[in-house]
Parts: sequence; structure tokens; C-alpha cells
Amino acid sequence: MRWGVVVFPGSNCDRDCLFVMQKVLGQEAIAIWHEEQDLPPVDAVVLPGGFSYGDYLRSGAIAAFSPIMGAVGRAARSGLLVLGICNGFQILCEAGLLPGALLTNADGLFHCHPAHLRVENNCCLFTRSFASGEVVQMPIAHGQGRYYADASTLDRLERSGSILFRYCDVHGERTREANPNGSVANIAGICNEEGNVAGLMPHPERACEPLLASTDGLRLFRSLASTPLEAEPGATYARSAAG
Amino acid sequence: MTSQAERQSLAEKTGLLPEEILRIEEALGRPPNETELALFSVLWSEHCCYKNSKRELRKFPTQGPGVLVQAGEENAGALDIGDGWAVVFKIESHNHPSAVEPFQGAATGVGGILRDIYTMGARPLCFLDSLRLGEIRGEDPGVRNNRRLLRGIVGGIAHYGNCVGIPTVGGELTFDPSYDGNPLVNVFCAGVVRHDRIQKGAAAGVGNPVFVAGSRTGRDGLKGAAFASRLLGSDSREDRPAVQVGDPFMGKILMEACLELFERKGVVVGVQDMGAAGIGCSTSETAARGNVGMEIDLDRVALREPGLHAADILLSESQERMLLILQQGREREAEEVFAKWGVPLQQIGKVSSDGLLRCRIGGKAVVELPARLLTEDAPVYEREAKTSLSSSEAILVERPLGLTECRSSWMAIAGLPSLASKEWVWQQYDWMVGIGTTMGPERADAAVLRVRLEGKTKYLAFTVDGNSRYAALDPYRGGEAAVAEAVRNLAVSGARPLGVTDNLNFGDPYRPEAFGQLRGAVEGIAEACRAFGLPVTGGNVSLYNESPIGAILPSPVVAAVGQIERKEEIIPMGFQREGDRLLLLGGWGKGLSGSIYAWEVLGRRQGPAPMVDLPQEQGLCSVLRALAARGVVHSAHDLSDGGLAIALLESSLTGTGCLGAEVSLPASPTAEELLFGESQGRLLITVAEEEKKAVEEECARREIEVQSIGWVTGSWLRLEQGQDRLEIELAELGRIWKGALTELMAATPKLD
Repeated sequence: MRWGVVVFPGSNCDRDCLFVMQKVLGQEAIAIWHEEQDLPPVDAVVLPGGFSYGDYLRSGAIAAFSPIMGAVGRAARSGLLVLGICNGFQILCEAGLLPGALLTNADGLFHCHPAHLRVENNCCLFTRSFASGEVVQMPIAHGQGRYYADASTLDRLERSGSILFRYCDVHGERTREANPNGSVANIAGICNEEGNVAGLMPHPERACEPLLASTDGLRLFRSLASTPLEAEPGATYARSAAG
Repeated sequence: MTSQAERQSLAEKTGLLPEEILRIEEALGRPPNETELALFSVLWSEHCCYKNSKRELRKFPTQGPGVLVQAGEENAGALDIGDGWAVVFKIESHNHPSAVEPFQGAATGVGGILRDIYTMGARPLCFLDSLRLGEIRGEDPGVRNNRRLLRGIVGGIAHYGNCVGIPTVGGELTFDPSYDGNPLVNVFCAGVVRHDRIQKGAAAGVGNPVFVAGSRTGRDGLKGAAFASRLLGSDSREDRPAVQVGDPFMGKILMEACLELFERKGVVVGVQDMGAAGIGCSTSETAARGNVGMEIDLDRVALREPGLHAADILLSESQERMLLILQQGREREAEEVFAKWGVPLQQIGKVSSDGLLRCRIGGKAVVELPARLLTEDAPVYEREAKTSLSSSEAILVERPLGLTECRSSWMAIAGLPSLASKEWVWQQYDWMVGIGTTMGPERADAAVLRVRLEGKTKYLAFTVDGNSRYAALDPYRGGEAAVAEAVRNLAVSGARPLGVTDNLNFGDPYRPEAFGQLRGAVEGIAEACRAFGLPVTGGNVSLYNESPIGAILPSPVVAAVGQIERKEEIIPMGFQREGDRLLLLGGWGKGLSGSIYAWEVLGRRQGPAPMVDLPQEQGLCSVLRALAARGVVHSAHDLSDGGLAIALLESSLTGTGCLGAEVSLPASPTAEELLFGESQGRLLITVAEEEKKAVEEECARREIEVQSIGWVTGSWLRLEQGQDRLEIELAELGRIWKGALTELMAATPKLD
């Protein structure tokens, strides 16, 4: 499997994503510059976190019009796997590849901490290695992560099984306290109806090594990867890091 | 030459002293023109040339086996971390700007220290910050202003740090009324670089082109350095134009462009960030360091607005700008890289041979000065110092509280803003970006980062410490204690210290008491560093921290960097396992003076500062490192602010599964002293029962006192002293400790 990680000016998590794919998953991954008009041959594209174009105007608003997003949009419509993390999720919404919008957190503050998420649907390619209803942990780090969609869009998301993750407490309860940003219906991540484009505010790439407290993020990447699980792709790196 | 009366009037206009103007005239053989005088007024300010503190700073030990770049040589110091790699680090203050415009003041403080680090060729790794503010409890206008300042400062640090994608992984925040309206914002940054890629801040090669990269030059931040070298007055808000405005996005792409250009060997001859006094300072400093001159055409500087005078262009502190001296003939390569990142790059002059800084505007020469005269030959003064120690009499408590009666005091200090959890602050910082933060905020006494270096993995630890109460009682001990605590924090996290950087925050140096405090603290820091064999690799001095209500508490702040060999040696501060033995290293301690309990609960701000026994501190650190190497320590936490009471609280509330402890106290000293005293050189560690003996042997070998004081167990802290008992539920303590700051800051967000 070959991953492509788009680098916008202001991307911050591009190097983290490349590290996870190359060293932890042990797969091929390349950086793709935002000015490219076409995508190189890749099996999945990741739009990483950060502050693309300084998040001027609105988070993700300028990046949505960058040359590479034209190519990403075309490829997504023909079925390429696209994953937007944090700022990447914001860009996908701004580009119209996912429904809804991400607004400023309800309390107006940036929040960075580990969050509990309930896996709502494991039928899509992004979540197939999780159990439905399972509680997992991944960190969040955003100032504009309050997911919003109107009632009819929400209804469609619910009925098509497009809601992938919701913020929850340690027991999996969808409480108000467990919702860090005021997202509608505690939504943390969604996919499109075709199931090939997904976006989430939490950072799976920050939850891929035991050293960093959680490895639940790795399971998301493995869901997408064609690597057989018994090969333990991270094992090589884990050994070298230990040495 | 000018007359004495003329010099006096010029002095009043420029902030220079009449004798300094005379000195300039004698060196030049003519009076300086208006533009030149403006340059001197900023470059010869305390902020730029350390004229009042330099003599004191020379007392620091700066050499050591791992020192690659020592203090004063470059923009930041560099220490070896093995395998051909170095850690580059420095701390810097942005106190005055944060007082008048907290959000931008703090944000540009982050931007400034960031540029100092990557100017060295290093990829920045993390930030830490040391903040001091006035009282935030209550509804007085001053108190509400302090809350507004805190909200702005934390917001500004988050704004800049998060956007540039460098994690803010730790720090400290304490409160005292002396910081009312004069907050301290000290920001530390560290980065890593291969030895052979360390960049120089010196110009070289006659004829080589000189470029400005980054933002356009505007009027913002004009004479900010001079502003920082004055007292804050009631009219300081009028100085808001002296505060720069940051653009973290430009900061990020300028950093990425510079780091990418540095990868192309031989293109960049010298590089210097533009901070205080902008183009004027960076050109004269690089020229002076390289023993060359520079010819600058000010008409070529890209301006934000027309109509700037030569002095404005030279002294503007517009943010996100770098000065680059390139190898002639390779300009195209730089232009390609900067065009890729969308960062403006403009040639403004070239390197000359005669040691003079020459600037022209509109075809007319406006500056012709020896570069060294502006920088290295700036005046250095010996100021009058007066040592004033607090009374040496220990605090006597007439009717000491019994253990059971200490309950409400314990609750009270757990909720003090200075001691309460700083979650409200650090959750606003992205402390994880870079996926290296192994021990983030409130996980260990130091922040620990995993660093990936072309196939090698290293673990680095960082901490920033300072205790203004001790420094107020005894500046020398305050200096010693800052270093000792920083080293202790590294040791209990499993790290071996490599070196320190310091930030000296004091009052008006022309007041002998304030200067005496600076001198005492410097001598204390120097002595402690010598005892630990640590180099001071640089730092920052912030004087004139006085507002209409008076001077701040003397505030020496020390940031220390350490290294951990293997990840198995990293130690958290929270209790990890039910049934573990609780061991106290360094003894029970005695006395209350200097403690936060004495200051805040008893209202007794006097007595001697806690004694710092440097050999004992060294012994403690050796014991910890030996035990860490064997992997037997499950948790370790030093006893500092709030003594044993707060150490027990923090270890209980930050560990896995919220484990408490059972502790038996000796009959003497008093329960108050045992719980809240802050005798230095003490640690709390937990080990498996079967390792207790080995720890005791290790301690005996290094002559460190060790007591087995109890067990890790339950969901409460249960203490006994003879027949006296005290039991506190962790849930109750946790509500107070975790909630205090959040509640204060969330209560009236819009009204402050």
C-alpha cells in the first residue's frame, strides 16, 4: 500500500503521519506538495492536521481551493480513499467532499487532551478493525472542532451509517461533559455515503505507539491498509526504537 | 563636538546618558547624526547590550565537555547529545509587551525565541513557559485585569505555538501581588541539529549579498527594546505601538523555508533573526561577529507602508523577518526555496571589508558607524548593589496545629492558584504535535520527549523552575534553589542534566536593592551550576520590572535540559502500583519559613530562605540515576512548593487509577512543618516492596537519608502521627486541585 500525505503551507502533522506510515506501519508513504495539479499514484490520501494557510478566513477555507484539492476531489469521486485529520477534516468540509462544517469550540478555547470515542459503525473501510460500539482513545487538539450540520443532513448521516465516531465518556455514554467542543450529536468523525472519504477531529496518528499512551489510532490506519495483521507492521520499528 | 547642555537634552530625548553620547562622539571624532543616535539609543539599551548586567553574567560557568556553542557566541547555546547531534536551547522574556498587550506580547515572545533556535540551523522541538501574574482571586479591577492578562498571555502562547506546530510541553505558573500589572512571560525553546549543520550568526566574504527574508517592514514594534528598558508607568498603555504583532503563519513558513535552505550546504554564509532593533541590530551584530562591514541600501527594504524614515526602517521590530548572508553566485537556490514556500526574499546590501555599517536612503548616506561600536564596544557598567536579607529568625508558630487540624489548611493550599492543577492552561496548548511527547504536562517533574534523528532515537528532558519567595528572602539562595530544583526535576524524571539557560527578571538596576538582588541570584545560580558541573549556555535579562505599585519579587528562572539513555528509565510522578513502598529521600525537613504555606496561609513573608545543600542535592541525583538505570523506581516526585502535602496530592492525582497512600509521620517536628515545610533536597519515590532494601543500600552509599514512610493504597490519603489521624478522600482533593484555576478563569470570561 502506498500513502500520499498532502503538505499545505502551515501543515503541522504531515511529518507525524509520514512517520507513522513509514516507520510504524512499515509501508510506503510520500509527501505531496499542495501546488501539484495531479496526484501521483497512491492508494490513499491523507490530509494532515495543522493550520493550512494560517487558517485565515476560516479553517481549511483557503486550502480547499488549492490546486491539489482539485485533483483530490476528482480522485475521491472515482473512489480513492481520502482521510482528513483535524485540519484535513475541516478542508474536506470546506471542499464539499464531506457534509457539514466545523465551528469554533463552544467555550472559545483550544483543547488538547486524550478523548474517548465510541465507534459508531465498523462497516466502512476506515473502521473495519474496530468493533461497533467499542470505546477507543485518541487525542484531540483543535480550536475549531465543533461539528455542525443541519437537521436533514444529520438525519441522512444517521440513516446512511456515515457517523464513524462520537465523543463519549469512559463507559461509552454520549454525555454533554464528554463532548469537548459542543459538536452536534457528539460527532467526532464521519464518512461520505460511498464510504471512501472520511474526516475526524481526533488525531489517530498520535495514538500509534505504546510510548504515547494509546495504539487505537494505529487500528484505523490498519483498517485501510491491505497489510495482513499477523505481520505486525510496527514490530520492526518498535524493536529498533527499543534498541 | 556638542556642548554639555546639548548632550543633556539629547540624552533626555534618546534615553542614553550624557556621558554615553560623549563616548560616541569621542569614538567617532564627530557628533552622531540623528539616525545614528537613534541606533545607539536602542542598541545601547539594557535589552540589547546588557550594559548593567554583563559584568554579573560573566560569573556564570560557561564551559564544559559537551559545549559546542557557548554563551554569547551565537543566538543560542548548543550541547552535544551524542551521535553527532546537538540540542540548541534558550529562554527569553517578553514581560513588558505582555503587560500592555498580553495576547500579542506573549505570542511574539514565542515567535522570537523560535527564531533564535532555528537561526542556529536547529529544527525546533518544544516550548516551555514560565509565567508569573498578580492576584487573580476576587473582583477588584486590578484582579480582573490580572485575569485578563492571564487569559491573553495563555491565548497568545497557544495561538503562536499551536500554529507553528511546535508542542508546548510544560512550564510553571505562579501568582503574587507583586506581579500586579507587570506579569512575567518567559518562553523556552529547544531544537536539535547535526553538529556539522550548526549555522553561524556572523557575516563573512566581502561582496556576499545580504538579504531580508519574511515579512515587510512596518512601524510596529518601533523601539520596543528601549521600551523594555524602562519602568512600566500608568501611561504604559500609550506604548502599545511598541508592541509587535505576530503572524504565526508567516513564522511557520519562514521557518520551513530557512530549514530547507540550510539543508543545501554552502548557500547560507550567516543568518541572524531580527528581534530587538530589527535590521539595525542584525546587520551590526553579524558584521561585528565576522569582523567585516556591511553596506545597506534602505530603499530596497520592502515596506508595509510608505514614508518610513531611515531610523524607523533600521529599528522596526516587525516580526517574522530574518537576515541572511548568502554565498555570492548561489542566490538563485535561495530564491527557489523561498518562492516555493511563498516567503518574500529581498537583497538589501552586501558585505564590505572595512568594519563599518553604512546605510543609504534616497542615495544619501545616513549611517556610517563601526559595527563593533554599536554592539561589542557598547558600555558596560558596574552598578551599586545593596544586599538586603530577610531576618534570619525562623518563623515561630505559637500554637502549632495537630495533624487532624491540618485538614483545612491542606484543602486551602490545594486550591491556591499557584499550586492548583494548571490544566486550564496546558489544555490550550498543543503539547502533542510532533508525536514525541512521552511525558507531557503533569505527568512527570520534567517534560520528556522522544526525538527521532535520522534513524537514531534519543530521549530529552526539559524543565523550567524558579522560586521568587526564596529569592525575595535571600537572592543567593533563590538562585541556588532554582538550579537545584531544575536538576532535581530532571533526576526524578530519569534524566542526566546537560546544561541550563537562565532568565533573570528583576527591578530597576539603578536601585541598589534591585541590583543587589540580581547580583545575589546570579552568584547563587553560578555556584550551583559549578557544583553540578553544568554550563550556562546563555539566557536573557529583563530589568525594570516595576510598576506604579512597586518592584516584582526578584525572579530568577532556570531552564534545564537533560538526557535519558533508554525509554525504560523514564519515571512518572504519579503513583503506579497498589502496594508499592513509599520512600522519602532527604529527610523530614524542619521549619516553615519561605514556604507557600507560611506566605499564603500564615501571612508570614519573612524568615530565612530554605537552605540549599549542594553536595546533598548531587547525592540525591546520583541515587536517582542509579535507581532509574536499574528500572526499579515506579514513580518519583520532588518536594517543592507545598511540601510533602502537595507532593502526596500530585502523585496521587496524576498517577494511573488515582491511587492514594497511607503515611506515618514522626512525633516531631510539628505536623505543619512535616506537611507544608519546604526544606530542600527531598524526594518521594515508590518502589516494589522487595526493592526497598536495595534503595536503602544505594542511599547509604551516597549518604542520603531515607525513610520508609508508608504504602501506595486506596482512594484516600491517610496519615498518622502518634494518636493523631488525618484522612482525606482523593475525590475531594481532586475536585479542589483540578477545578480551582478552571473555575476562576471560566467564571466571568467576557467581563474581565
